[in-house]
Amino acid sequence: MAAIKIEGLGKVYPGDIRAVQDINLDIADGEFIVLVGPSGCGKSTLLRMVAGLETITEGELSIGNKVVNQLEPAERDIAMVFQNYALYPHMTVYKNLAYGLKNRGFSQQDIDERVQNTAKMLEINPFLDRKPRALSGGQRQRVAMGRALVREPAAFLLDEPLSNLDAKLRVQMRVEIKQLQRRLKTTSLYVTHDQLEAMTLGDRLVVLNQGRIEQVGSPMDVYHRPETLFVAEFIGSPSMNIVRASTFANKDNQEAVKQLPEGTDVIGVRPDTVVFEKPAEPHLSFDCEVKLFEPAGAESHLYLHLLPDRQAFTMRVEENTAVAEGGKIMVYAPLSVLHPFNEASGRRTD
Amino acid sequence: MVENNRWGNILAHTLLILGVALVVFPIYVAIIASTHTGGTFMRGTIPLLPGTEAINNYRTALLQGRSSAGTPPISLMLWNSFVMAMAITIGKLAISLLSAFAIVYFRFPFRIFFFWVIFVTLMLPVEVRIVPTFQVVADLGMLNSFAGLSIPLIASATATFLFRQFFMTVPEEMLEAARVDGAGPFKFFKDILMPLSITNIAALFVIMFIYGWNQYLWPLLITTDPKYYTIVMGIQRMLTGGDSEPLWHLVMATVVMAALPPILVILFMQRLFVKGLTETEK
Ligand SMILES: Nc1ncnc2c1ncn2[C@@H]1O[C@H](COP(=O)(O)OP(=O)(O)OP(=O)(O)O)[C@@H](O)[C@H]1O
Ligand SMILES: [Mg+2]
Repeated sequence: MAAIKIEGLGKVYPGDIRAVQDINLDIADGEFIVLVGPSGCGKSTLLRMVAGLETITEGELSIGNKVVNQLEPAERDIAMVFQNYALYPHMTVYKNLAYGLKNRGFSQQDIDERVQNTAKMLEINPFLDRKPRALSGGQRQRVAMGRALVREPAAFLLDEPLSNLDAKLRVQMRVEIKQLQRRLKTTSLYVTHDQLEAMTLGDRLVVLNQGRIEQVGSPMDVYHRPETLFVAEFIGSPSMNIVRASTFANKDNQEAVKQLPEGTDVIGVRPDTVVFEKPAEPHLSFDCEVKLFEPAGAESHLYLHLLPDRQAFTMRVEENTAVAEGGKIMVYAPLSVLHPFNEASGRRTD
Repeated sequence: MVENNRWGNILAHTLLILGVALVVFPIYVAIIASTHTGGTFMRGTIPLLPGTEAINNYRTALLQGRSSAGTPPISLMLWNSFVMAMAITIGKLAISLLSAFAIVYFRFPFRIFFFWVIFVTLMLPVEVRIVPTFQVVADLGMLNSFAGLSIPLIASATATFLFRQFFMTVPEEMLEAARVDGAGPFKFFKDILMPLSITNIAALFVIMFIYGWNQYLWPLLITTDPKYYTIVMGIQRMLTGGDSEPLWHLVMATVVMAALPPILVILFMQRLFVKGLTETEK
């Protein structure tokens, strides 16, 4: 187990492609960090630089107080779980788990003990003699986890480990990974683009965009107080409504708009903070036309068009909401739950 | 095509049977001929039923050959052919596996250039380079030796090319997982890449073995000592050597025996292919 220190890390691919730049991050010993961001933002590249699978072109990386820029992956004492598992197809599950230990010169007895323990922990002991092709996707995923766990490394690196599983299994494995990490307290770096994984797994969330860090913080901090317009739109599902001044600064809202911080020309409204009844506290009101009602049990949504711009606007509603599609309604959002931004700088204004 | 057309069926089967007969008949004749006495052939008609001399003929061929014409017993020639074919096969596999490994997994200067050089030699069969190769082998004093028989035929663009194509289909993550697991290049090659290539190795083994076994021109050129005669060229020597009529019954026995080892290799290796084909591991 070890802390990871990332200082000014950057990656320039041949052809002057800057995949990752200027990453600074201190990961405490035992911390679970989740990296999220849109496709192509450099999550995998960053993770692979930490793993040693990609050379570091700028900055310094230390694992457990030791600069490891030049070390081979095996010398960094990390373990990695790949998106497609990358199990050795010609080896049995047992050998898959044992291979890394064997290469490190563990005794046969140690290997056996560790493999058996890990297999028991992940409930893959019935399959130890099978080859990966004779396993289901979920079982393969467990074996891939096992191959990382069995080595008891200083850090786990996981690159979208659950994205090949079906929805139900993904939830189950997500919970298991979280419990496992809590128990083992191994420093972990987890890449995902799944909202739920991002919000639920990590101690801290790192939001990446175009190779740079947008925001670092606990998932709830990032959710409740996004620092940039990008984070506001990216985190949360359905995503935050972003409304321009041209739409909300109408005559009804004149009083409220004055109370917004200076420089605010865009506001963000989470779909679950929009209400039908006029609140007592200061608020913005929105004139809209109902486009579509989508009842879906716990997560029913109403899709609206703001008038006069016809900008799309989503709100979360009760399943039994009675609204007529095509009708006009007024909805409200208290000022206290709004996220004011400046569009040019992309930053929060309060 | 599922349609049950009686005449169509009969026609198709007749054609197929004719085709099979065309291929099988010469082999049948060779086997039959090897069971008759030498004289039967001289009478000008080819016998179609087995004779009684099978055991005698094969024993003579194996143990004596046609000693009067200076050809060694077939058993020695079979052995020579086997050694040559095995040396060529194993040498080709070893070299091409290693060079494909280098080309796919290492970044060295002029990598692409070397790949193309290897690729271009695909167009140069032994026969094209035979005169210069002979000169080199003669200068190195390798005439009349197993080294001379096999080494010049070992370099293989075909196998290198095929292994390269196969290695490129092995997912990159496999290499990365191995690196994280502490396997260096050689361990990766030995523990991961080789076992994954086993079907390809088996297939190429068969192809290369038959290629080596069937070498004719090269052994004919570089062996003058009967001790190193191989079976395929030996058949030719048996036909032309000496001044009597060719001993057809012995020649045919030799031909049958010359055809056996490649068939055995195929039968043996076939288990590996079938295994590889049914349990695709990737
Ligand atoms: N070998 C390479 N050469 C050049 N550019 C590369 C290379 N690998 C990745 N990139 C570029 O670097 C950027 C980041 O890629 P990366 O794989 O880290 O994205 P990602 O965040 O993991 O995306 P995804 O969520 O789709 O996996 C991309 O723009 C990609 O095109
Ligand atoms: Mg990725």
